[in-house]
Amino acid sequence: MSEHTISTKSYYLVFLALMAGTALTTWVAFLDLGWFNTPVALSIAWTKAMLVVLYFMHVRQSTKLTKLVAAAGVFWLLLLLGLTMGDIATRGWLGSPGK
Amino acid sequence: MITAPISVPEREHYLNASYGLKSWLLTKDHKRIALLYLATITFFFFLGGLFAVMIRLELLTPEGDMVQSETYNKLFTMHGVNMVFFFLLPAIPAVLGNFLVPLMIGARDLAFPKLNLASWYIFTIGGLFTLYALLSGGVDTGWTFYTPYSTTYSNSFVIATAVGIFIAGFSSILTGLNFIVTIHRMRAPGLTWFRLPLFIWSHYAASLIMVLGTPVIAVTILLLAAERAFHIGIFDPALGGDPVLFQHLFWFYSHPAVYIMILPAMAVISELVAASARKRVYGYEFVAYASVAIAVFGFLVWGHHMFVSGQSVYAGLVFSVLSYLVAVPSAVKVFNWTATLHKGSIALETPMLYTFGFIGLFTIGGMTGLFLAALGLDVHVHDTYFVVAHFHYVMVGGTIMAYLGGLHYWWPKMTGRMYPEILAKLAALTVFIGFNLTFFPQFILGYLGMPRRYHAYPEEFQVLNVMSTAGASVLAVGYLLPMCYFIWSLRYGKVAADNPWGAVGLEWQTLSPPPVENFDEIPTVTHEAYDYVSLPNGSVTPKKEAHVR
Ligand code: HEM
Ligand SMILES: [Cu+2]
Repeated sequence: MSEHTISTKSYYLVFLALMAGTALTTWVAFLDLGWFNTPVALSIAWTKAMLVVLYFMHVRQSTKLTKLVAAAGVFWLLLLLGLTMGDIATRGWLGSPGK
Repeated sequence: MITAPISVPEREHYLNASYGLKSWLLTKDHKRIALLYLATITFFFFLGGLFAVMIRLELLTPEGDMVQSETYNKLFTMHGVNMVFFFLLPAIPAVLGNFLVPLMIGARDLAFPKLNLASWYIFTIGGLFTLYALLSGGVDTGWTFYTPYSTTYSNSFVIATAVGIFIAGFSSILTGLNFIVTIHRMRAPGLTWFRLPLFIWSHYAASLIMVLGTPVIAVTILLLAAERAFHIGIFDPALGGDPVLFQHLFWFYSHPAVYIMILPAMAVISELVAASARKRVYGYEFVAYASVAIAVFGFLVWGHHMFVSGQSVYAGLVFSVLSYLVAVPSAVKVFNWTATLHKGSIALETPMLYTFGFIGLFTIGGMTGLFLAALGLDVHVHDTYFVVAHFHYVMVGGTIMAYLGGLHYWWPKMTGRMYPEILAKLAALTVFIGFNLTFFPQFILGYLGMPRRYHAYPEEFQVLNVMSTAGASVLAVGYLLPMCYFIWSLRYGKVAADNPWGAVGLEWQTLSPPPVENFDEIPTVTHEAYDYVSLPNGSVTPKKEAHVR
């Protein structure tokens, strides 16, 4: 199943990338990007999460079924966020407050 | 319990292989864990029932004369919390599922026996927390814990109850995980996916919901506790939060959770229909896929609980349409069971009576769900007794009927004893009559406008409420009867044959009660499920009839 074929070197590289990501997040937090504030912060967080899942949690080397399980988790999270935003983003549509 | 005076030389099975409290509390045998769960949830069922009795007594008269409104709020909350989280959710999967999943797929146990035992302990600890909250004064928020009342205004034991539910949720996740892995990896040789009993398909689908949905309720409870204890603004508008967000998070889990309750019930019904019609379930593949479809679509409809919550009208429309969609696979199942019964040689034993009850009552419950999913209609009947009647038709008329039917059907396998048939038929009839008398009047009450969750009501509603309370007492008798004769049968019941129903499932090919290891030899499967045509007497291995009958 999970063959441990990831070299120690790549672990260190991923670790460095995660640290760099953290630094980047901190730096970006002090910049005012206007509308882009949230998307940029979320993109960095997403990239870091993917690195952890793929390398530290070995999903990259795992079977298709394991990948499917991981993907399903992400997909269900998107369902939660997507349909909830479907409400929140459309609350003003009828012109009367809250409708 | 185990040492009945029989003259046949005692054969070793899972019940008499070891004795003493320790052998039960430290068991890793899925069959014993199922019985531990059975005892625990039966306790919570009767506790929840006690609250129901008090609710119905209060509603006997229009005046709020028996309890104060504050007490009444606690009664219906504790009733809902007990019944939903500590009885209905675990009922079929943790008892019948635990016992039967390994037996039906020809395995010696679940994939993770220790996790299975852990899940029972976790469940029990969660239950104790809730009991503690109850004994120290109770909760009054309703089982839905809506904010900002629950986070800001309620003076009752919200956090203790919520923590109890949080803890019990992990047992649900572990059970789901265990089933999924077991079904993927431990099927007997020859048992392909499309030879699996539909019981397994439905439990697989329910397990997906347990694993994917339960973490969300856990997170929601943590956020609720954070706001209540530390005033972190998440849901309370006064703190900058959004109360509707709570409802989104809560129902994202709790609508799929109703499918955690109904899918295992459908699992039982598929088995009972096939066994008593002695036919392959009509459109087997469709029923199998319908289970998975219900699990997936079930995640897309939660907003139908929020039509009048301040959710946007646009979102309401989308959720309304999506709710119609999820009724399709449910209807597929009902039609296919009915088609299976068509021209079957139906045996009218007790399990089948419950099956008929289930099919009829679930149909009414599901159809009224569609009424409620109609955006315009729901504005009128939301938070009335119509909703109360709807969900009791699906949860009590559906899930509990199936649970009782299944318990009767597999009782000989679980205990090696038969229940008394005539008494059991009488009890099934009592349950059916009591149930309808209790809940049908509530549809009318709701339609006439009686709101839920009040301890007093206008006088013109009294007749229907008296009918409902009368029905509840009949129902209570119907539930107490099986409990009494099941216990009686452990000692005095007729000794059961290995396959008293002549059914083809693998669980019937081993001894009753099964040996610790389930099968002397792991069976090889050569037939599809419910193949009554080539296996008319129910035996998968026609040559080797060596078991003592
Ligand atoms: C056939 C598919 C179903 C549909 C379309 C449906 C639809 C609905 C709708 C729209 C509501 C909200 C009513 C309101 O509050 O105004 C509701 C409430 C409810 N339904 Fe269903 N339902 C279905 C099946 C089920 C099943 C199978 C169960 C449980 C086994 C269930 C359990 C509940 C519960 C517990 C509530 C009330 C929650 C509360 O407010 O306390 N439903 N249903
Ligand atoms: Cu729902």
